[in-house]
Amino acid sequence: MDLVEFQGKQLFGRNGVPVPPPGTACRTVDEVVAAAEKHIGDGATAVMVKAQVKTGGRGLAGGVKYAPSVDAAREHAEAILGLDIKGHIVNVVYIEPASDIAEEYYLSVMHDRVNKGHLIICSREGGVEIEEVNRTNPEAVVKRTLLPAESLNGLNLGTARGIVAEAKFPADIVDETAELLVKLFAAYRDEDATLAEINPLIKTEQGQVIALDAKVTLDDNAAFRHDGFSEWKIEGIDADDPLEAEAKAKGIQYVKLDGSVGVLGNGAGLVMATLDVVAQSGGRAANFLDVGGGASADAMAESLGLVLKDPSVKSVFINIFGGITRGEEVANGILEAIKRLGDFPQKLVVRLDGTNAEEGRRILEDAASDSVVAAATMQEAAATAVELASQA
Amino acid sequence: MSIFIDESTKVVVQGIGSQGTFHAKRNQAYGTQVVAGTHPKKGGTTWEGLDVPVFTSVKEAVTEAGANTSMVMVPAPFTKDAILEAYEAGVETIIAITEGVPVHDMTEVYDTVVRRGGVRLLGPNCPGLISPGKSNVGIIPADITFPGKVGLVSRSGTLTYQIMHELAQAGIGISTCVGIGGDPVIGTQFLDVIDAFAADPDTEAIAFVGEIGGAEEQKAGAWIRDNIPDIPVVGYIAGFEAPEGKQMGHAGAIVKEGGEGGESAAEKKEILEGYGISVAMNPSEAARLMIERLQQG
Repeated sequence: MDLVEFQGKQLFGRNGVPVPPPGTACRTVDEVVAAAEKHIGDGATAVMVKAQVKTGGRGLAGGVKYAPSVDAAREHAEAILGLDIKGHIVNVVYIEPASDIAEEYYLSVMHDRVNKGHLIICSREGGVEIEEVNRTNPEAVVKRTLLPAESLNGLNLGTARGIVAEAKFPADIVDETAELLVKLFAAYRDEDATLAEINPLIKTEQGQVIALDAKVTLDDNAAFRHDGFSEWKIEGIDADDPLEAEAKAKGIQYVKLDGSVGVLGNGAGLVMATLDVVAQSGGRAANFLDVGGGASADAMAESLGLVLKDPSVKSVFINIFGGITRGEEVANGILEAIKRLGDFPQKLVVRLDGTNAEEGRRILEDAASDSVVAAATMQEAAATAVELASQA
Repeated sequence: MSIFIDESTKVVVQGIGSQGTFHAKRNQAYGTQVVAGTHPKKGGTTWEGLDVPVFTSVKEAVTEAGANTSMVMVPAPFTKDAILEAYEAGVETIIAITEGVPVHDMTEVYDTVVRRGGVRLLGPNCPGLISPGKSNVGIIPADITFPGKVGLVSRSGTLTYQIMHELAQAGIGISTCVGIGGDPVIGTQFLDVIDAFAADPDTEAIAFVGEIGGAEEQKAGAWIRDNIPDIPVVGYIAGFEAPEGKQMGHAGAIVKEGGEGGESAAEKKEILEGYGISVAMNPSEAARLMIERLQQG
């Protein structure tokens, strides 16, 4: 799960990573005005109005603005709320007391898939995309992989100091930054994060080092050991797509895509391959959906219902490989699902293979459902589904 | 021959709930020597349906029933401890089927089990493996294939079955089929399996099925070019149509946004072809390419 900035800062704050004074998450212009009045009344010289979306490049898209007055905050809020940033609509803005920035740096800890450890990245150049710095000025980027055995009791302060010094941070803040890095690493481990990124990390005019931004990804698989994990979900931010949200609630693996052929199969790899074959046949898949191992009537009905709810779906390609679940069970599951769902205009192109596939195909044939079009191979099924979608 | 499991494999199952029992029974019916189950509170009883003893610990299963392989079927929160217990107990091979294990847990397990060496860990989030005619450990459907000369290794389950099935229909059997799993951190990698296939006199050709995300396919490809240029190898990478930044079912199947590249299916295909490996665009083509390579002799 990706957190938005203000949540990331909450997580940092509770783990001792220095962040700016707490701000206010707002959904309306009125809330923004009230928050700006409060923060400026409390002594802030200005506030920042920051779009809370789960994508990078907010600043460039006009989603982050400096407001020296309540009126300015109102103006910016009117512009930012509802803004489309790379397909993410801004429904929440964060109003935060502005910090005096003297210098900007970069600091992150992330899971290192290649080396099976933890990767710390530290750079004197912050506030810009780190990938860009890495391309143009690789010497300014310090990368250090830490194996679990080296960090059983957390990140050693000496190691942290070495990393920060190697990145040529100003001498007067090496200690402070190293301590911050130790706490950032602890937050990453203790909260089961796979990414904890600060860009920019700033030195204020007063010489303090604080996290001015926060990008955090948490491991959903570790939700069981974190109380309140589900509270990170925020309405209007997480509902990237209503069907994806519904699928998640039902425990179905579903990803919305932009084509017109609905896809449903068993096994993540097979479904990915199905999307490929649909594209190779000249069409585009409308979604990724893995019904899982069983492909029972229940799972089939739930999944098919979800796929058909998408108005862009003009035909459906059901791609099932019967393994432990036999072909006749799968066929009966499909027929039962059709019965439960009632009338729908889209044709279901069914391709059944594997254990007892012939028997399954016979059952589908005997049922003579108007909704079902049988296909012998993945290629044939894809071509048929693409053609049906283009005719609809 | 075959790799990793054969007739001498003696399996202890950690996690004897409904799933564990269902699959262990199937494995046993296939001829796999399932010798024990473990349960913290049911030690000393008999595992119903399999008629083998239940022990409190893996250690007892090793010393008293001769287990040399563990199949881990416990729920995700307990998987780290189950794997570490099997490691301490001295089995040779640990096959972790469980899905949904936290990535930090697996990173720690990797450090202990894989980096220290001596024990083979397969998975987690994998379908297991089958050496047709000899042993089947995990959830792979056994009756879609038969003994043969092709070694198959894959990150995906059903996709592997599809290719295995198409090969079988063309009269081509399997030496061993290994599902390495779809998680970001897994014990046995493509390269480990391909290395073992290369050393197996009965494996004459290798098919490997990758996915988007990570860089293990490329690593294996470079090794193949440098070490086994004469063995027929066919690849397939699933997920040409997967958008950036979206996880496609498997936890590890994601093309990182703004990453360093090489994670998409198209990039992987290009890199592998640069190593002289035929890469199919879909599973049927992968099976067809393999059939053609074998018919060429």
